[in-house]
Amino acid sequence: MSVQQKAVRSTVVKKAIMALTGLVLVGFLLMHMFGNLKVFAGPAEYNHYALWLKQDLLYPILPHGWFIWLFRIFLILCVVLHLYCALRLTQASLRGRGTPYVRRKRKEQTFSVRWLRWFGLLLIALISFHILMFTTGTFTPGFEYQFEDPYSMYVGAFQVWWVFAAYGVFMLLVCFHLRHGFWSAFTTLGANVGPSSRLTLNLLAYFFAALLFVGFLLPATAVFLGWVI
Amino acid sequence: MKITLKVWRQANKDAKGSMKTYRLDDVSEDMSFLEMLDMLNEDLTTKGGEPVAFDSDCREGICGMCGVVIKGSAHGRYESPIATTTCQLHMRYFADGAVIEVEPWRAGAFPVVKDLVVDRSAFDRIIQAGGFISANTGSAPEAHSTPAPKHLADRAFDNACCIGCGACVAACPNGSGMLFTAAKITHLANLPQGQPERHSRVKAMVAAHDGVGFGGCQNVGECAAVCPKKVPLESIAQLNRDLFASLFKSV
Repeated sequence: MSVQQKAVRSTVVKKAIMALTGLVLVGFLLMHMFGNLKVFAGPAEYNHYALWLKQDLLYPILPHGWFIWLFRIFLILCVVLHLYCALRLTQASLRGRGTPYVRRKRKEQTFSVRWLRWFGLLLIALISFHILMFTTGTFTPGFEYQFEDPYSMYVGAFQVWWVFAAYGVFMLLVCFHLRHGFWSAFTTLGANVGPSSRLTLNLLAYFFAALLFVGFLLPATAVFLGWVI
Repeated sequence: MKITLKVWRQANKDAKGSMKTYRLDDVSEDMSFLEMLDMLNEDLTTKGGEPVAFDSDCREGICGMCGVVIKGSAHGRYESPIATTTCQLHMRYFADGAVIEVEPWRAGAFPVVKDLVVDRSAFDRIIQAGGFISANTGSAPEAHSTPAPKHLADRAFDNACCIGCGACVAACPNGSGMLFTAAKITHLANLPQGQPERHSRVKAMVAAHDGVGFGGCQNVGECAAVCPKKVPLESIAQLNRDLFASLFKSV
């Protein structure tokens, strides 16, 4: 292999792929959160938005219902690339780490980076579950699958205590994963140019993690407490 | 002061190692950590035991030869407020009666040779791949013939401070040598002399880094926290920027 080929296949490039796909997924989460907040605008508004997203977005450039599939394929591609690079990097780390220490003290390592890989794996399971509930309608606790009325699915599901609790844990894992991921993505892409940018990127990471947690939990909590029905 | 040492003993690279406990009663707080290990070895030799093997050379904190993990941190960096190597860590930073674990650097790319000595030639492979500038030999050029902007010269110097001790790798949960590689990349990339080979250098050094068995960087930051020469974490971002730019160059 030439040096160029080795450099293209290096850990640094795999990290860059993880950074870019990760940021795409953060962007998707922000959009998803915004959509969920429409629960507060009432059933008509919420359902109109959901159906527009699934059928009419980018129409007439694309035929009805095409956008959502192209978008899903794009997101799945991002997840697959993110996961593939993560697995290859983990493999390199396990080899690089060698024999474990008898005693090890860590000062810089945060909770979110310590559990980053495990939370990432858990998230795949939780996201699959989420899709089985609201997208395919395979598993429907507290609601009936209705393509035309996603509002009733949202409200029905979050009135079930354990769905609400599991969702809280799910979002907590997402936000911890994102806390390190956000800062790490920008650093990997070269944005960490000095101590002040390190601080800024870390603060932004906390901000976005907190924003997403609050933004996703707010409508779900409102439904659970019966403020929105 | 009295201390209890738990030292990693391993007869050779293929042997199975384990922690052995030793007690020392007359340790002076003015001793350096290595002087304390010398004292242990004198004691062991007098009693007919095998002395503990460890690396050391200048004992002034500038050569990069020494380095062990003390109480879980490389060079015992989390024990004292001073950024320096094992040889300049003094016993006064430990409490009387302390139990101190001493282990070698642990990384896939740094196999243990004996006891606390590890083989760090993986670093040499990275430097050989491109951590230099090609210059004709002869008399030294006039220092001011190639001016370098002050802030870039400072940044280059901060990174040229790296002594290649390997603490960054020892502290990294991924066994990554990125801070070491980034220090050399950043050192040369900020000086006029480093420009002709800038793109080929970063590609070759990153390829060598991955090739010798170091893990990837996860931006944890333990490396910069234990670095006895305070090589900053942002050097890794410079390496990344240079690598991405180099991928679009044909050199």
